[in-house]
Amino acid sequence: MKTVLKVIAAFGLVAGVTVGANAAEYPLIKPVEQDWSFAGPFGTYDRGELQRGLKVYREGCAACHGLERVAFRTLEDLGYSDAQVRALAAEFEIQDGPDADGEMFMRAAIPSDYFPDPFPNPQAAAASNNGAAPPDLSLIAKARAVERGFPTFVFDIFTQYAESGPDYVYNLLTGYEDAPEGYEQQPGTYYNPHFLAGTSLSMAPPLQEGLISYDDGTPETVEQYAHDVTAFLMWTAEPHLEQRKRMGFVVMLFLVGFAGLMYLTKRKVWAGAH
Amino acid sequence: MSGGHSTYTPKTGIGRWIDTRMPLPRLVHDSFVSYPVPRNLNYAYTFGGILSIMLVVQIVTGVVLAMHYSAHVDYAFDSVEKIMRDVNSGWLMRYLHANGASMFFIAVYLHIARGLYYGSYKAPRELLWILGVIIYLLMMATAFMGYVLPWGQMSFWGATVITGFFTAIPLVGEWVQQLLLGGFAVDNPTLNRFFSLHYLLPFMIAGVVVLHVWALHVTGQTNPTGIEVKQKTDTLPFTPYATIKDAFAMILFFIMFAYFVFYIPNYLGHADNYIPADALKTPSHIVPEWYFLPFYAILRAITFDIGPIDSKLGGVLAMFGAIAVLFFVPWLDTSRVRSAVYRPWYKLAFWLFVINSIFLGWLGSRPAEGWYIPAMQVSTVFYFGFFLIVMPVLGLIETPKRLPNSITEAVLGKKKGTASVQPAGANASPETKG
Repeated sequence: MKTVLKVIAAFGLVAGVTVGANAAEYPLIKPVEQDWSFAGPFGTYDRGELQRGLKVYREGCAACHGLERVAFRTLEDLGYSDAQVRALAAEFEIQDGPDADGEMFMRAAIPSDYFPDPFPNPQAAAASNNGAAPPDLSLIAKARAVERGFPTFVFDIFTQYAESGPDYVYNLLTGYEDAPEGYEQQPGTYYNPHFLAGTSLSMAPPLQEGLISYDDGTPETVEQYAHDVTAFLMWTAEPHLEQRKRMGFVVMLFLVGFAGLMYLTKRKVWAGAH
Repeated sequence: MSGGHSTYTPKTGIGRWIDTRMPLPRLVHDSFVSYPVPRNLNYAYTFGGILSIMLVVQIVTGVVLAMHYSAHVDYAFDSVEKIMRDVNSGWLMRYLHANGASMFFIAVYLHIARGLYYGSYKAPRELLWILGVIIYLLMMATAFMGYVLPWGQMSFWGATVITGFFTAIPLVGEWVQQLLLGGFAVDNPTLNRFFSLHYLLPFMIAGVVVLHVWALHVTGQTNPTGIEVKQKTDTLPFTPYATIKDAFAMILFFIMFAYFVFYIPNYLGHADNYIPADALKTPSHIVPEWYFLPFYAILRAITFDIGPIDSKLGGVLAMFGAIAVLFFVPWLDTSRVRSAVYRPWYKLAFWLFVINSIFLGWLGSRPAEGWYIPAMQVSTVFYFGFFLIVMPVLGLIETPKRLPNSITEAVLGKKKGTASVQPAGANASPETKG
């Protein structure tokens, strides 16, 4: 039962147990860059994708991984109405209290609550997961990055490459494969050459084709699930990304115009001095 | 503050009344309006102004962030995430502040490089230079402590590693480290005192900046020719000439700043700092912020014992020595000629030094293994060699190019030279790009 649960629900990124010695060589395969709607100077989140990603998180990840920094109220950013957010929150139970009698009690969540953690404490999380506590996912898309190396990291400034985290998450989720022959697989670990800290991790492959049903006709493949949930996790990590890029464009436009005027003024002032 | 006697004449009755009691308007007028600057200053000379404005940006955003930040190990990380998610424009304040620190260092490195290239440290500007090095030191302390505040994995482990350096000092090392930490390991007392000092030090920087500007206004600015101002035609009034040029450069700098803040705000940070600090999990590879990387490489270049000095103490001494050597630059450079424009060999050595420093920075981001270690050692030798050997020796043996007689001649000579006929002075005219 425990194994079955893990296969269905486990979904983590750096899960403790690593096999191998030299940390500098990992991951064995560098992340393959993906297309993200939120990349580039005018990037925005795709609402449909975020909603699907939330579904993947809830059905594929939430049994083991928390999302403790995300409040239900913020889900309105995904395109849900106030009523939908209330209904969605009410599907979660959270502990509150103490009440007038000094007792803690359970109640349905309201929009101002945060996603409840699947485990009461990290020790419980580790105990139920072969010793490796599944990390909270709120910030995971910014908390993981594979080194880009020289000279790529220089070009990244000009291409505005800031999707190292999402690329890693996607590649990890879709990167499980059978261990090569002669590889000594530690029990309870799964071979994944995309893993950042070794060759195997404690998280079983969390996604399978058809595992989660989509009602908008989107293909129900592992790649699609991984892409959707990764986009959702980018949103949980950087909820103000769209606002940032929108404001950035206005700021850049203003500064470039300002610089132009300054340059002309400077030329006029200095005209007689050269 | 100096530069001849004051030309300020108050025009109104109130102006005269204030001027006889506390002549602050006169001070401002003399320092930032009529103050004479060499007419040939190029854009390399705009970083002083840029640094001042960056200090203001850091203080303003920092004060706002401090209103929402909680300096406690249990809440620090969460409070930063609250700022990023729930505080109005909190994400903007934090990204401005975090990237602002990097921009501050970009500007200060260019400012220091300008000083080294044009020999700005030479007499009578030794104190001006030394005050600058003190500001740089204070900046490093401030930046290091600021990086600890978000209480991510790199914050915690960076603090552990860097405070650990002090244990290498014989006899008092342990005591110094515990004084810094407020305990035996990085913990809540460390975070509290770092926050307190992080808030204090910028104001100390501002104080030293005042001294730095004071010293500057006593000696006057250097210029790309390195020749002192001799006549009135050598200079222009600060306002409008330098003001407008500084402002233009500042806007250009802000474009770069905004590019990082709005499009790649986490490029200069480390992903691990989005993981809450965990004293039980050491990151596989601890690296400081990019602006400390050259010194981090120097620290780790010393992998061998030297007599009674073990490799750890040797590394710490080399690292601190790399900064301490800057204090002696005015006396290490023996050349009579200030500017690298007229010193072909020094110019070459300078650019090699710049390349070497960038290479050291890259090495600092590498683990101390394999060929990186000998590379760090060679680079470290070159770093110190530039200051301790190249600077004193080159000044004695190098034959400088002929200097123009005055700044005016240098400027006008170039003008005519590019126009049509080659006048006599043109051969001596300097290139002005820095």
